[in-house]
Amino acid sequence: MTTTTGTTAVTGAVGAAHTRLEGRDKVTGAARYAGEIPFAELAHGWLVLSTIARGRVRSVESAPVLAMPGVLTVLHHGNAPRVDGSYAGMLGRPDPIVEVFQHDRVPYVGWPVALVVAETSEQAREAAEALVVQYDEEPHDIAFFADRPGTYTPENSPAAQAETEKGDIEAELAASAVVVDAAYTTPEEHHSSLEPHAATARWDSGRLDVVDSNQGSMWVADELAKLFSLDPASVRVRSEHVGGAFGSKGVRPHQILAVMATTVLHRPVRVVLTRRQMFSLVGYRSPTAQRVRLGADTDGRLRAFDHQAQSLTSTVHEFIERSADMGRVMYDADAHHTVNRVVPLDVPTPTWMRAPGEAPGSFALESALDELAEKIGMDPIALRARNEPDAGPVSGLPFSSRNVLACFQEGARRFGWADRDPRPGTRREGRWLLGTGTAAATYSSGVVPSTAAVTAETDGTFTVRITAADVGTGARTALALIAADALEVEPGRIRIQIADSDFGPAMIAGGSMGTRSWGWAIMAAARELREQLVLGGDIPPQGITARSDTGAAVSALAKKERHSFGAQFAEVAVDVTSGEVRVRRMLGIFAAGRIVNPLTARSQFIGGMTWGLSMALHEEAIRDQASGGHVGADFAGYHFAANADVPLIEADWVDDPDADDPVGIKGIGEIGIVGAAAAIANAVWHATGVRHRDLPIRPDRVLLAGTRPAGERDA
Amino acid sequence: MALSTSSAITLNINGEKHTLPVDHRTTLLDALREHLDLTGTKKGCDQGQCGACTVLIDGRRAVSCLQLAIASEGRVITTIEGVADGERLHPVQQAFLDLDGYQCGYCTPGQICSAIAMIEEHAAGWPSAATADVRPEAGAPPLTADEIRERMSGNLCRCGAYVSIVQAVAQAAEAEAAQTPTTARQFSGPSGPGDLAHPAGTTDAEMTA
Amino acid sequence: MREFGYQRVFDVPGAVARLGADPDARYLGGGTNLVDLMKAGVERPALLIDVRELPLDGIETTDDGGLRIGATVTNSDLAAHPEVRRRYPALAQAVLAGASGQLRNMATVGGNLLQRTRCGYFADLAKPCNKRVPGSGCPAIEGEHHNHAILGASEHCVAIHPSDMGVALAAFDAVISYETADGPGELPLAEFYLPVGDTPHLETALPSGALITGVTLPPTPVAAVSRYRKVRERASYAFAIGSIAAALDVQDGVVREVRLALGAVASRPWRAQEAERVLTGGPASADAFAAAADAELAAAKTLPHNGYKVTLMRNLVVAMLTELTEEAAR
Repeated sequence: MTTTTGTTAVTGAVGAAHTRLEGRDKVTGAARYAGEIPFAELAHGWLVLSTIARGRVRSVESAPVLAMPGVLTVLHHGNAPRVDGSYAGMLGRPDPIVEVFQHDRVPYVGWPVALVVAETSEQAREAAEALVVQYDEEPHDIAFFADRPGTYTPENSPAAQAETEKGDIEAELAASAVVVDAAYTTPEEHHSSLEPHAATARWDSGRLDVVDSNQGSMWVADELAKLFSLDPASVRVRSEHVGGAFGSKGVRPHQILAVMATTVLHRPVRVVLTRRQMFSLVGYRSPTAQRVRLGADTDGRLRAFDHQAQSLTSTVHEFIERSADMGRVMYDADAHHTVNRVVPLDVPTPTWMRAPGEAPGSFALESALDELAEKIGMDPIALRARNEPDAGPVSGLPFSSRNVLACFQEGARRFGWADRDPRPGTRREGRWLLGTGTAAATYSSGVVPSTAAVTAETDGTFTVRITAADVGTGARTALALIAADALEVEPGRIRIQIADSDFGPAMIAGGSMGTRSWGWAIMAAARELREQLVLGGDIPPQGITARSDTGAAVSALAKKERHSFGAQFAEVAVDVTSGEVRVRRMLGIFAAGRIVNPLTARSQFIGGMTWGLSMALHEEAIRDQASGGHVGADFAGYHFAANADVPLIEADWVDDPDADDPVGIKGIGEIGIVGAAAAIANAVWHATGVRHRDLPIRPDRVLLAGTRPAGERDA
Repeated sequence: MALSTSSAITLNINGEKHTLPVDHRTTLLDALREHLDLTGTKKGCDQGQCGACTVLIDGRRAVSCLQLAIASEGRVITTIEGVADGERLHPVQQAFLDLDGYQCGYCTPGQICSAIAMIEEHAAGWPSAATADVRPEAGAPPLTADEIRERMSGNLCRCGAYVSIVQAVAQAAEAEAAQTPTTARQFSGPSGPGDLAHPAGTTDAEMTA
Repeated sequence: MREFGYQRVFDVPGAVARLGADPDARYLGGGTNLVDLMKAGVERPALLIDVRELPLDGIETTDDGGLRIGATVTNSDLAAHPEVRRRYPALAQAVLAGASGQLRNMATVGGNLLQRTRCGYFADLAKPCNKRVPGSGCPAIEGEHHNHAILGASEHCVAIHPSDMGVALAAFDAVISYETADGPGELPLAEFYLPVGDTPHLETALPSGALITGVTLPPTPVAAVSRYRKVRERASYAFAIGSIAAALDVQDGVVREVRLALGAVASRPWRAQEAERVLTGGPASADAFAAAADAELAAAKTLPHNGYKVTLMRNLVVAMLTELTEEAAR
């Protein structure tokens, strides 16, 4: 038959609400995640992690364990296949945790020291628990605090400036009528995806086949090929459904160990992390210690802007939580300084976690803005309006679009901000003191070259293939809608296949760049296909396929400040006699480019705001100085928001056209969390008159801080 | 006498009898996922702290990760695979689908099983920690948004889909209540996003149609 | 998790006989704590005696007007029971404040009384813990203890008992019934939990091999005006950092009878006897409530990070008694 596109002129899929393509599978339990695909002869691996924070493995006493029922092998540094971790992957040099079992050094509690593989998971678990590992222990140091010895400023690189500076900060602070100088801390936070990391590996007709849960199957396949020195074409990684990721699902020990074990045992091996193991194996958000200094004239104009952030990393790899980056986009001043410092300690390497940098950074910065507004006696929204920059405060580049004030305007209207009495501690309802707060949000809108293939099938449908990942974002559905519009056909005629490394290189689901990068590649391939189809003729049995690679187009994109923006609003109730804080409502208004699927986009924004609430009030991993390990590394010890914590949260958006952008999509995965914790902290101040500069705002902190009558200010 | 550490058991799951040998250590969750290929029930924490493994045991919701398979003999077990009526989704499933009551979908089967049983618990007049007056004379509490939130708090969602989960549960409960108008249950649930322009409004007022 | 035998029992004498004096055997109720601890490696039984089918799942009014609650009654059934809700509302509220709907459907009254502390060191085999391994030390004292005991602890252990239900039972003078091979026995809740001292691993006064068969609540008219309040770091599905069960009878502004029990402050549900003594017969005023709280908390010993609990419990006592006074006046 002859297939054409556009003859019925069906467009407008993008922008209309669509339920998820895989929705029925998810609500019926039919959707299979990584650990749920059956394989004949499957063996189960169970990890053994170090119990010391620093030292060496003296011995792994495998013999008794190998005699236990069902045990097939015990892998450790003395017998594991060799891997080579001296490569640069898609996101740079890997965390050396990928070089698992390659040496006897232990750099932190929770470092993998052995993998027990057995016929059943029960047997593997018992054998792993019975395995005796002897260590030579050395003293460790995990104490993180502001300005601690060993803190350094990393090298600047073109991609990531550690420090930016213009003007004379001290002079401008001295000349400022009003100065805020405040220190903030945020704790160690964990991604805690509900689906634990899981991978099943097997050799199939000379190819390594890995069923995984990840944010980028090509990324994982590429790094596995490099690690095991394999032909990239001989590695296939699939990850059809992913039960949450948030930055934690890249190349991690479970995939590598599954590959090692299947190579040794010649049968499929599955390695699933336990919840407790996830706390030390999949990365986390570093704690931060931040200092913000703002100097302003009495009309609110900023003369001095200084944001100094400190995070930690492991002793084996440098990862920087870039908390001070937000001010490089948001606020200008005569003197402007930002720096991200880091200190290596005997802890696991942190990694990207939802809105890396901006999530903790916005808590400090947007709290400090609120403190400045209070000191000046100015409305916090007016203060932000006063300091809107015309161009990037550090780069000097124009903004591709910047609609943060439109967000505040719409948000203020819907939230009822105009009726707010700015004085703190004036509203009470029974035992609850009430307050409202606001904060700005921003996150960068990046794009990475990607490839896609679109096939016109003989039955009139179109098949889209791209190594995208749907980690719960709704990407699968959004990409189908983008393809439908690009092909000018009904969405029902689109079949989409994702998350298979055989589909070629593509961006990972991360950095709010996935849908933007993939959508661009799909649009390009669809355009190419339409040009081919316009020529007419029959569709051969194998269909007609057009492929795209956005490499050239992406690098041709004009250099600009490209970001999403938003305004966060929160109302809280605080009982200072018990320390309880309840969020009563939240509203987020965002300017985030073209919204592809309003149904799932709203969910994603609200999900991010829920993370902000959770960060503000609950999340905190506790490390024990004596052992160097966590205390309560589970969901009873590490709290994130439960249903009862989350009130009605609304998210909406304003028009945010971006004339010179061929896609118009900005990405929305991160921005929902940015500023949300600050809005809540600012609301707690408004309720009680006390600033809470340390997260989470726990009951004991609220209880001990009490209230401060209106008029009294923080020193 | 050496004790046997495994047994052949028969489990009644979704109306079907399954006979299988189990290691006594095997939880109901692992029996479902690893032995019976019923992988709709999810393992999120394996220690009773997330609710992803929620199934119905004798009609009541329970976490299958802390329930031994061997202790489940003789009980009637319903999993996510067994709640739909053939091709027709259960109203709770349909509401989750329509209102986007999920994102990654991993907690979803547990949320749905939990919600199905929770609606029954409420219909039976059970109070909750959100019920102001638990005395029977106070009558059954209306299923407000705050009641739903409290009753669904045993199911964690890391994606942060609680807002639409509450709306989905309310919609399904409303639909079920409408089908059985003679029951004593009162219901006031959300009809959609509220108007946030009233700072003094409580969440319940906003959520109530 | 170690391999284990399993046996389901259907009558109490059979259960007690089966367990016998086997130190490696455990009764399995709802399993919500035991199975979790088995996965953590803290409990390694060789035999589980499943007691869920025992005929101990009833709630009956006793001849003197009290309530007898079977040991295998689930938390859900306890909290939903009309007589519990009518006559001991704080008990229903306490149970409803605990865990989640799923766990309450599984957990039993007997198991709830025997649940172990949620101290993060106790459940982590890589760390010392005097409760788990006597003599190994208590790292919580120098380490993470912001939710640890302020009352009745020792230098050997500062763990708290996590039960909500137990706090209400303590307020209402519950009596625990048990069965052993030598016959039945009873323990008032006040004597059920042992002092911590230098033996934190010995938690209850139950004889070896004993099976809890039920809990009896004496008739307690004052309990009709009672409440439970729980403060925690999440609005639901979290253990308490402080809780209170209280009942109050005020006539003409004078406290006739008062019951007060505090949770998350000690190794056991803490009956606030000193506060009750100070209050009884005195005025029902905020000052009197505060003085009573101070009297009870005078014995508090705090660590660097749990001192807030003194303030919290004082505030909860005052707020709760004030609310109950107002309720009684209506």
